Amino acid sequence: PSQCDLLCSQNYPLYIRSVPTENELKFHYTVHTSLDVVDEKISAMGKALVDQRELYLGLLYPTEDYKVYGYVTNSKVKFVMVVDSSNTALRDNEIRSMFRKLHNSYTDIMCNPFYNPGDRIHSRAFDTMVNSMMMQVC
Amino acid sequence: ENGRCTTKLESMGFRVGQGLIERFTKDTARFKDELDIMKFICKDFWTTVFKKQIDNLRTNHQGIYVLQDNKFRLLTQMSSGKQYLEHAPKYLAFTCGLIRGGLSNLGIKSIVTAEVSSMPACK
Repeated sequence: PSQCDLLCSQNYPLYIRSVPTENELKFHYTVHTSLDVVDEKISAMGKALVDQRELYLGLLYPTEDYKVYGYVTNSKVKFVMVVDSSNTALRDNEIRSMFRKLHNSYTDIMCNPFYNPGDRIHSRAFDTMVNSMMMQVC
Repeated sequence: ENGRCTTKLESMGFRVGQGLIERFTKDTARFKDELDIMKFICKDFWTTVFKKQIDNLRTNHQGIYVLQDNKFRLLTQMSSGKQYLEHAPKYLAFTCGLIRGGLSNLGIKSIVTAEVSSMPACK
């Protein structure tokens, strides 16, 4: 099963990781289309009385091969996770906790004075965290 | 010379504000609108940074907000009146940057200025 994490701000990616790496191009495409769904959900929240307290967006949309999950921070940074559909063992709570970990690590990166907001993320600590998360899942 | 210092301080505050706001909003609910964000700055943000809230928030509902702090922490030890008024901007520059950085990370482009008429209150 393959998975991809992506952080996006202003709709260009700050970080992408996929396992196995051959499918990266297909993931790029999936993730870009899911960004539109994320935007839809956010604007829907503004008008409807949907639960606005959650940062987690839940299952964005299922394609025939993959499930896509989204999460948006208050600073408009979007996290997108693509998981193989055959991986049915993955529960909602686990996805939520993975997004929390991603958010925590992203916050640490933001507070790093040597990091320029908007640059691609080149942090070893971040890589290690993402690797360990993906090992858990795959 | 003086102007360059102030600009540098402001830009340092900007970067710090971006990081701080990321940490503070990590667990808060999504903001509904601009006013919500300003209230957050006045209450939670100001309390965490300066251990007190903003005393007064006014707006013209068209994008201008005036935050008034009657006992601004960085000015309390300087004077309690008009003395040293001309030195105050240096000490306010960093905080202005802090607010601007925080707002920019939340998606709001802004210009932040500070005005002191009588220490230690400032707007």
